[in-house]
Amino acid sequence: MIRPHRSHPLWIAYLLHRLSGLGLALFLPVHFYVLAFALNQPERLDAFLRFADDPLVKVAEFGLVFLLAVHVFGGLRLLALEFLPWSPRQKTMAASAVAAAFLVAGTFFLQAV
Amino acid sequence: MTADSNGLHVDVWRGSGTEGRFERFLVPMQESQTILDVVAWIQQYADPTLSYRYACRVGMCGSCAMMVNGVPRWTCRTHIKKVIKDNAITIAPLRNLPVIKDLAADMDPFFDKWVAAGGVHHPTRDRNDEIEKLSPATPERIETDTGIECINCSVCYAACDTVSSNVDFLGPAALQRAWTLYLDPKDADPGVILEAVSGRGGCHNCHSQGSCTLHCPNGLNPMKAIAGLKRATVSSFFKGGR
Repeated sequence: MIRPHRSHPLWIAYLLHRLSGLGLALFLPVHFYVLAFALNQPERLDAFLRFADDPLVKVAEFGLVFLLAVHVFGGLRLLALEFLPWSPRQKTMAASAVAAAFLVAGTFFLQAV
Repeated sequence: MTADSNGLHVDVWRGSGTEGRFERFLVPMQESQTILDVVAWIQQYADPTLSYRYACRVGMCGSCAMMVNGVPRWTCRTHIKKVIKDNAITIAPLRNLPVIKDLAADMDPFFDKWVAAGGVHHPTRDRNDEIEKLSPATPERIETDTGIECINCSVCYAACDTVSSNVDFLGPAALQRAWTLYLDPKDADPGVILEAVSGRGGCHNCHSQGSCTLHCPNGLNPMKAIAGLKRATVSSFFKGGR
């Protein structure tokens, strides 16, 4: 439940940026760990890649790209907001960033299924 | 005037320090009634021991801000029609500040941070010098004009989640004040201001959540001011300053 003083688009944009950042921070060590198999345990990497063909993993990948898209656009939004003199249209920009993130993730999802 | 069953159900925070609870009052509804009117009615007709703070009643002094249904508001300019939900209203002291008693918050930390943010004028001339003439048309002055109508009500400070998670954070109002002074060509040492706003509790703690700007009763934009300070401190750093 979002408390009343927080129920506005900029705070939700902050929340999405923080949650996607935490999600990516959890993902990245696992990502590098699996990539390291290519150097020292190629057979384990192949086994993992076969596992990654599973439709459930594909759906999980959609989530990952969604997190990435949200975080990239959220980060660009913050850079624009703080390093460019900005106007009150900023709220619209925040909403547009979220919408664009949905678009990118949605496109990927459609191609994956 | 007595309360009747058609009245408002008003939950008011009672207590001092960290101790307290909500107490319900039944308050008669009136035409053009503000939250401050509701609080005053309770104090005058239901419980004279209720403590709260107000002065001007017209949105100039910044004394009467409280949390209304979980949102910080200037109560003298908030009509109940705007905030009423199911005939009920919850009124509590401002968030992020110590409670003195009931609805009166201790404003000392808020004002201490105005000083800590470099919010004092550093003069270039004394009273014997001629007054420096400034053009109102410079970009700096136009930007300053958007930030100087602050009434020190602490609504932004109560709305800010960075203040609640970081006791050192100077807060939106103090940083906005620092930004307007930094832009002032009459200020002798803008570097002192940048120093004050770039420390542990400084402008770089701000997460740009925007609650300050959303809730500011005077329509000011402290988040924009803080972004200005972020740019100023970053460019000062890259220019080899402090």
